[in-house]
Amino acid sequence: MYVAVKGGERAIDNAHAWLAEERRGDPAVPELGIAQIREQMALAVNRVMAEGSLYDPDLAALAIKQARGDLIEAVFLIRAYRTTLPRLAASNPVDTGAMAVDRRISATFKDLPGGQVLGPTFDYTHRLLDFTLMADGAPLTDAVPHTPVPSPRGRDGRGGETPRVPHVMGFLNRDGLIETALPDDTPPPDLTREPLELPADRALRLQALTRGDEGFVLSLAYSTQRGYGRTHAFVGELRIGIVAVEVDIPELGFAVEIGEIELTECETVNQFRGSRTEPPQFTRGYGLVMGQSERKAIAMSLVDRSLRWQELGEDFTGAPAQDEEFVLMHCDNIQATGFLEHIKLPHYVDFQAELELVRKLRAEAQAMQEAAE
Amino acid sequence: MTDTSPLDRKKWMATLAKASPARLATLFPKMPPHRILRQPEIGALMVRGRMGGTGAAFNLGEMTVTRASVQLETGEVGHAWVQGRDRQHALRAAAVDALLQTDRKADLIAAVLQPLEAEAQAGRAVRGAKAAATKVDFFTLMRGEDT
Repeated sequence: MYVAVKGGERAIDNAHAWLAEERRGDPAVPELGIAQIREQMALAVNRVMAEGSLYDPDLAALAIKQARGDLIEAVFLIRAYRTTLPRLAASNPVDTGAMAVDRRISATFKDLPGGQVLGPTFDYTHRLLDFTLMADGAPLTDAVPHTPVPSPRGRDGRGGETPRVPHVMGFLNRDGLIETALPDDTPPPDLTREPLELPADRALRLQALTRGDEGFVLSLAYSTQRGYGRTHAFVGELRIGIVAVEVDIPELGFAVEIGEIELTECETVNQFRGSRTEPPQFTRGYGLVMGQSERKAIAMSLVDRSLRWQELGEDFTGAPAQDEEFVLMHCDNIQATGFLEHIKLPHYVDFQAELELVRKLRAEAQAMQEAAE
Repeated sequence: MTDTSPLDRKKWMATLAKASPARLATLFPKMPPHRILRQPEIGALMVRGRMGGTGAAFNLGEMTVTRASVQLETGEVGHAWVQGRDRQHALRAAAVDALLQTDRKADLIAAVLQPLEAEAQAGRAVRGAKAAATKVDFFTLMRGEDT
């Protein structure tokens, strides 16, 4: 444990003043604005929103600026802020089938209805540094040509207001080759309201994973691909785009779309030979993450599938990604960094006790040795 | 008071909520005489998703929202729930919601709702066209064993 200490007030003030100075960097270089971070560091903003578990691009950009670009520190700031907000309501579950897609690809069906839409992707780039981005005022290369291409977005027959893009999984569902996911509007458990208890259900696991650390979830997912709790995943569909958020307005007695958020959704198709309880069919893993967060969404869906071993009657092989307690208790980077970093805070009393103990043990060991000689 | 069907109201409230606060302020600069029934309140909305896109609900994370309610001198009550933390956005949206229940409805549709809807539509079309320009057809190359 660490103990309360007194003193050092002036040193702390000076440290914080210096921190502010270092945050600003060289005053000869123009200061970054929140809008610049929001617009030009959008994927960092998305990560802070996802792991901070609060969709507000301006606040995430502010947190990144304040944290000097330390994204976990920025997530910490967002988590602290969100605890100050009253919870006004919960939305109706978002309809990702009505997403206005920027990107939609499938690794399992090349001819998916609606087509494969690459969107603004890093895929197929050469990963070579682009030095033109370094040259001040370099002209923008031509944006996407405005060739009149028919929009891939469908129509839902409701006056064409809400575009619908059918989920790839629906096609497999029709043939009964894949497990179904039937709607259920039971209010799900919320780990921000009730402490996480194990065993957790899938809803709680998904909530923990979507706000979990991207690096941790990525590594766990990678471990399943390498053989630790193998689940043979293919990306059935990955889509990124805007969905409307609808909430029941108590004053009015009907639901209203009160905003729009960007989401990344990934569905994996996993080979499944059947078990004692389930017939041979494809099974599914699911990832849904705030913002354009493709790596995280894919990783989340792999870990989700891996954690479902019990429900599907698979064997537990001892793989970390199958171990619900291991995954859920360690995926939150704010809990992790809080516990990790607290060991740098004053532990003088503990340490004094340890010191006494080691001195005593050494004295005893020496006495024994001398007696033996 | 003119008759308002919930469907109309549902739609215009969504248009007002999704509008950018600055744009709404430009199109509707002057608040009508009103009294505030509920001061703008900033809070969090828990956004839910569904497992597999269609299955059981789970909690995805929160978003910031602001809500407010106003009453016009003529008695109509307007409500607003809007994304983000802009109090003026919520007040303006609530005032427009109230005015849309009066005989000024047609004016407001022309002056506020139609421009907002047209701009939102245009924005979606631009993004949709950019997405469509990245549509690909993957061809499977013939493999040796198939010949």
